[in-house]
Amino acid sequence: MKILVCIKQVPDTAEVKLDPKTGRLIREGVPSIINHDDKAGIEAALKLRDEVGGTVTVVTMGPPQADVALREALAMGCDDAYLLSAREFGGSDTYATATIIATALKKIGFDVVITGRQAIDGDTAQVGPQIAEQLGVPQVSYCEELKVDGDYMIVRRQFEDQSHLLKVKTPCLITCLAELNEPRYMSVYGIVDAYKKDVTVWGFNDLKDNLNPDWIGLQGSPTNVFLSFGKKQKDAGTVLENLSEDEAVQAIMDKLIERHLI
Amino acid sequence: MDFKLDKSHLLMQQLFRNFAENEIKPLAKDMDEAEEYDLELLDRMNKLGFFGIPYSREYGGVGSDALAYVICMEELSKIDASTGITNSVHTSLCCSCINSFGTEEQKQTFLRPLIDGSKMGCYGLTEPGAGSDVQGAQTTAVKDGEDWIINGSKIFTTNSGFADTCVVFALTDRKVPAAKGMTAFIVDLKNTPGVTVSDNIERMGIRAASNCIVTYEDVRITPDRVLGQVGKGFKIAMAALDRGRIGIAAQAVGIAQGALDEAIKYAKERKQFGKPITAFQNSQFRIAEMQTKINAARLLTYQAAVAEDNEEPFAPLAAQAKLFASDVAVEVTRFAVQLMGGYGFCREYPVERMYRDAKITEIYEGTSEVMKMVIAGSMKLK
Repeated sequence: MKILVCIKQVPDTAEVKLDPKTGRLIREGVPSIINHDDKAGIEAALKLRDEVGGTVTVVTMGPPQADVALREALAMGCDDAYLLSAREFGGSDTYATATIIATALKKIGFDVVITGRQAIDGDTAQVGPQIAEQLGVPQVSYCEELKVDGDYMIVRRQFEDQSHLLKVKTPCLITCLAELNEPRYMSVYGIVDAYKKDVTVWGFNDLKDNLNPDWIGLQGSPTNVFLSFGKKQKDAGTVLENLSEDEAVQAIMDKLIERHLI
Repeated sequence: MDFKLDKSHLLMQQLFRNFAENEIKPLAKDMDEAEEYDLELLDRMNKLGFFGIPYSREYGGVGSDALAYVICMEELSKIDASTGITNSVHTSLCCSCINSFGTEEQKQTFLRPLIDGSKMGCYGLTEPGAGSDVQGAQTTAVKDGEDWIINGSKIFTTNSGFADTCVVFALTDRKVPAAKGMTAFIVDLKNTPGVTVSDNIERMGIRAASNCIVTYEDVRITPDRVLGQVGKGFKIAMAALDRGRIGIAAQAVGIAQGALDEAIKYAKERKQFGKPITAFQNSQFRIAEMQTKINAARLLTYQAAVAEDNEEPFAPLAAQAKLFASDVAVEVTRFAVQLMGGYGFCREYPVERMYRDAKITEIYEGTSEVMKMVIAGSMKLK
């Protein structure tokens, strides 16, 4: 089985701040990590390969520094890696990004594409599904359990207060949640090997036969970020402790009446 | 000259740091109090290649270098010095003897399982009457036909409580000084009649590490387990210790940085006289001094490791690194407890453990006094 995993290198959100003037993320000095959902995607792909055989290829689009995210994926056990990096790709929104990635994935070839649900820096959850649309393959999003059954994937999809069990024929695309699994550590052997391998770097020229320059980058993006800003955090609320049931009911009623909610 | 780690070393540092934070930290206090190492944790590190870093792929090792091993030692020891010494004795004492002096057959038979993550090693040199002064050694190996019969007792054999393989040094010629009459043997600790391993020796620090007395009573060793030439054991023992000292220096750097990081984290939160402890200039200056010393110790340690990797003479550098880093570890951990006041003294926080753990770095694999002898000896002062 030829499995492709799409990952994104993101700033570690535990450390990230917004520029109060521009509303953009301040990335300088913030450590970069593989997006959590995507790391679960890598683990899912490796497990799948361990079960049915085949190869796991990891793909990312980003600046040259994204190389280290690919090396980490290789050190976890992925077989090979592609970095899609070009000036022409800069400024792409989710649609343009999906266009570029889908073009590359078609060129690489696949049975299954696994992506994370969403990236912690943009939080759109759009790129995975958009890649599937552009590839013209079925997709299952929000995967919380994954099994293989011949030419089919059996996916449990998280859906608010319930789960859906779906059977989907390959080739297909699955977007997964961080909760899907506990990603393995890199091994020290893997790190040594990761730096002996070549990461294939594809720029615009490598994809141009199937990539219209008008569909990508800033000019190819139907949406653009008008403004981003930090949300005001809700406070922790009031905790009332050691009340009997009656006292608790009374306390809640008093509060609702006080706020003119009833 | 470039003081930056290369990309693969940086990625390894990230791995060791994440693993230590996420997997070792939750167990460190309990292992210290139980005075027992968690063998499941050991197995996980073995499978990831933590215990075969500088050794060739040809024999199942990782195929990296001494610098990577040093980074591993530092990151593990930042969280738990017992994990550090467990790795150090296995990697730089036991494995390095077989790697440097073993025959091809010995490397395939004994080194491979030690560095591919399936077995653990230890090293038996110190005896109750022979520490820094090897002349007091009493353990003997006497020829019986083709075989050797070992009798004697080794103390402070780290890892011996669970190790599979031990490189043991015994006198094979009592007519000459110990340094000339000692031979190294590879002993299967678990399956050799006559070998007895004591309970863990009760200690002040690195309490989670296994450290026992190993007694050899008429232990029969076949000739294929003689390591190196008969009578050349002392040279083998010293070569391993030269390497080991770089690892101990890294352990000391890790202990110091780990303690300082913990103390700073606490001191930023802790308010006295209306402001955080870190807002006082006295704290700031002391923290600045401690961080400077740690960085200096780290640079010496990395320098020794890179010299080893470049196959340059590294023994005096290793001794300097260990002498300085162990001193820094004791000083910084003492300060870390002080910075945290009463809470630093409490077992709820890890700095008291780090303070206890730091002391041994001035003692084992050559005391600070012996380090000065090695350094001075390299300076042609006589």
